[in-house]
Amino acid sequence: MVKAIVNFSHSKFARSFYAAFAGAALTWLLLSVAFLALNWIVDLADIAAPENAVALQGTVRLILAVLMGILGFIAGSGVLNGLWIGRFLYYAGRTALVRGLFGQGLVFAIVYFLMRDVRTIPEIESGVTQASGEAAIVLGALLSTFGFLWFSGVMTDWTLQMFGHHTELKHGGPPGEPEWLRYFNIDVNHKVIGIQYGVTGILVLLLGGALAILFRLELAFPGMQLFSTDDYNTLFSAHGMIMIAAVFLGVGALINYLAPVMIGAADMAFPRLNAFSYWIGVPAAVMLVGGMILGWDTGWVGYPPHSSSTQMLGVVLFLMGFYMNGFASIASAINLLVTVVTMRAKGMNYWRMPIFVWTAIATSIMQFSATQTVGVALSMVLLQRTMGMNFFDPSTVPPGDPVLYQHLFWFYSHPAVYVWVVPGFGLISELLPVFARKPLYGYKWVAMSSIGIALVGFIVWAHHMFTAGMPDTLRYIFMVSTMFVGIPTGVKFFSWLGTIWGGKMIYPTPMLFILGSISVFLLGGLSGPILATIPTDLHLHDSYWVVGHFHATIFGGFVFPFFGALYYWYPKITGRMYNEWLGKLHFWLMLPAFWVMSIGQMVVGLRGMRRRIADYDPALNLDFTHSLITIATLVIGWSVLIMIYNLWTSARSKELAPENPWGSRSPEWLAPSPLPEFNYLSPIEIIGEPYEYGKDEEEIYARPIPAIGD
Amino acid sequence: MAAVTIGHDDHHDDHHEHAPEIPYPVQLRSNRVGLWLFCISEIFLFAGLLAARFYLWRVSPDMVASHPAYEVEVGEILRPELSQTVGFITTAMLLVSSYYMVRAEVAAEHGHRGRMVRSLWVTFVLGLLFLLGVVIIEWGTMPELAQAITGHSPIRPTDGVFGAVLFAMTGMHAIHVTTGLIFILILIGNSRKGWYQPGRTWGVEACAIYWHYVDVVWIFFYPALYLIGTVWH
Repeated sequence: MVKAIVNFSHSKFARSFYAAFAGAALTWLLLSVAFLALNWIVDLADIAAPENAVALQGTVRLILAVLMGILGFIAGSGVLNGLWIGRFLYYAGRTALVRGLFGQGLVFAIVYFLMRDVRTIPEIESGVTQASGEAAIVLGALLSTFGFLWFSGVMTDWTLQMFGHHTELKHGGPPGEPEWLRYFNIDVNHKVIGIQYGVTGILVLLLGGALAILFRLELAFPGMQLFSTDDYNTLFSAHGMIMIAAVFLGVGALINYLAPVMIGAADMAFPRLNAFSYWIGVPAAVMLVGGMILGWDTGWVGYPPHSSSTQMLGVVLFLMGFYMNGFASIASAINLLVTVVTMRAKGMNYWRMPIFVWTAIATSIMQFSATQTVGVALSMVLLQRTMGMNFFDPSTVPPGDPVLYQHLFWFYSHPAVYVWVVPGFGLISELLPVFARKPLYGYKWVAMSSIGIALVGFIVWAHHMFTAGMPDTLRYIFMVSTMFVGIPTGVKFFSWLGTIWGGKMIYPTPMLFILGSISVFLLGGLSGPILATIPTDLHLHDSYWVVGHFHATIFGGFVFPFFGALYYWYPKITGRMYNEWLGKLHFWLMLPAFWVMSIGQMVVGLRGMRRRIADYDPALNLDFTHSLITIATLVIGWSVLIMIYNLWTSARSKELAPENPWGSRSPEWLAPSPLPEFNYLSPIEIIGEPYEYGKDEEEIYARPIPAIGD
Repeated sequence: MAAVTIGHDDHHDDHHEHAPEIPYPVQLRSNRVGLWLFCISEIFLFAGLLAARFYLWRVSPDMVASHPAYEVEVGEILRPELSQTVGFITTAMLLVSSYYMVRAEVAAEHGHRGRMVRSLWVTFVLGLLFLLGVVIIEWGTMPELAQAITGHSPIRPTDGVFGAVLFAMTGMHAIHVTTGLIFILILIGNSRKGWYQPGRTWGVEACAIYWHYVDVVWIFFYPALYLIGTVWH
């Protein structure tokens, strides 16, 4: 029976049907966005719109969507492949993405239709007669995740196994289809998944950046010019959460693509689970965007009592989307740890692993454990909203306590920021020796400092809550423990300086980004202890100083190293070389702009600008600095677009990149570029130390295992 | 931009390549490490719930002032009134079920399929009884029955922090028990198709580790819910 369903989902009819869905849904979506933008501009420009404009737009959208649906159904059979639109719909009907989104939409629609009149328990108890639809949204969001997973096919193998069918791991692209289609389908290869993570991450980064630019434009001048305050709240909340998702996706991309190759494995330990980790992020992202559309005004932290009582229902979808993303974090972290424990190549002992793998371990230790507690916090808010289970309202006996949420939330969310920056540190330590042509200074100390950051990260969470009403004794403890973070981080800085010291430095784009990230992270790091100290924090808490500090740490700890890594491994991933001039342009636009933005944020913070506020008093005299920050933001946005243009066009160039353009010792450069399906053409063994640059050239690190008799 | 080249022409003619074979002992080791890491991960979930229990079920300064008849101090740990009989019996059933899970595992390793399936059924029934005890009686899904057995009206999820934390903890645990029950049914179904021969019993082993793990969680939850603290009426 299960087999029959699986076969049906690959039948001609099903594929035509999915193509029809793709056409209709995409048309609907694009027109909705277009009309939204149009109405916003009409509103801003104060043009008198015709009375029936909204109804007319609705009709146009419906008719066009139905027409595109019919076109898609025809195109699904392949008869329209001569036209680009026909080809587009034909292939759309063959992607797991479209199948999954259909499943998600279908399940959500069914649940919402059945449950729309069901009131939540707080609604019943307060005597509300009209259901807000919140109960339907929560259950719909929960079940629609399963809808996505089953329809897309991530769960197919596991489901078949449950019913006693043996399933074989399928490698390679979908049979009889072009190679690129595997990037839109369920694929178990860690490199395909890594690229899926990376490309999604960059797209999400662009979306988050676009939101930031929108509300930066609002902040450039005092007074409200572009948005209502509710819209502003939604924009900054969504910017926060979407950027967090982008950084997680970037971390996933780095770890998935690099870690297995670096330890000499053919793939991750659990390839199917790896695909699951990526794909469950898609329905979660849909929920976050849905939350944005419904409106959500809690910020990315979602503190009760506001999140447990706000009437903006987008917050429910935000909580669900955040929760579902947790599954991805936990599953991929466990996968990575197991891979490192069991799949290392011959001779690859723990002290000979590339240093990035150590940071991947540290990151995974934090991800696989702490993520659970934020899940508890988020589900408590959902339970309070829908079931009336009181965790946070202090009016009962014994009283609930909103600070409980903050403890559970920050127990995860503080390690989470280390999850983002520690892989970035790993990249810095990985790339510096290559471009300084010197051994990495203090390998074991650097490796252990990553683990140290991870462990200290577990005992500092309450420094986010100095103003939340904690006992004084707890505040002192957390102030001191927070200062301890400086020790392992200091070890890293010391090692970077020691590596640079006396090196023969060369400065291609990746090296520039690595050096830039050290400077930016230094800014972020030095602005930190001021926040960790209770007396200064009481003044700076919730000010723009925090925004400046946070952006400097994440740009220095993740964004700059990530871009450096993109350029560095670009020849490995595509087999082509990027354009060096455009790469340098990207860097020299982004670094100064970032300094202006981050220092500007700290300056306005010191002068009294609160964060998460849509407007400010002209008497504060902040207009000039705010305008400067907005301009810097625009420059950063443009520089990232330059990078995307560079990476896109270089991938199509005919010229092949040199085999090992950076003269790296790392094992991934032993394999051809782009990497073959199973990484190394023959198994490798490790016979030396990883970072012996500039020493005896004969002392190699890794080599293919010689055949017997050689 | 194909990031993965397909079919290097020297030794692969067909479209599908074959992955380097992963020996069964290596895969088994991966599976074991993975499952134990999953268990460690879940510790943080249940510890979060336990933390909420000890954080919220306490005497606040207001309570001392407004209930002078109670002789309690600020910060003293509280618990709601729950039926000790129901708690004891359900806990006992869950613990006994673990014994039968061990029997099933040993039987699978020795190739005694009949005994394995019988032991799995016993585990399943005991687990189901535990689940029904929690869901029907402790949760008061059937209020009259619950009243008749426990002698007091069942606590509801909206009954302040007592109801909230009780339902969150037992609910999260019940989800795990339900998963375990489904797991057992899958084992029973697949063993009829000849799975889990001696030497290849990972499925049974995984189910057993998971089931014991859910048991151990309850060993921490049971005293936290039923035994520790002063009863607050």
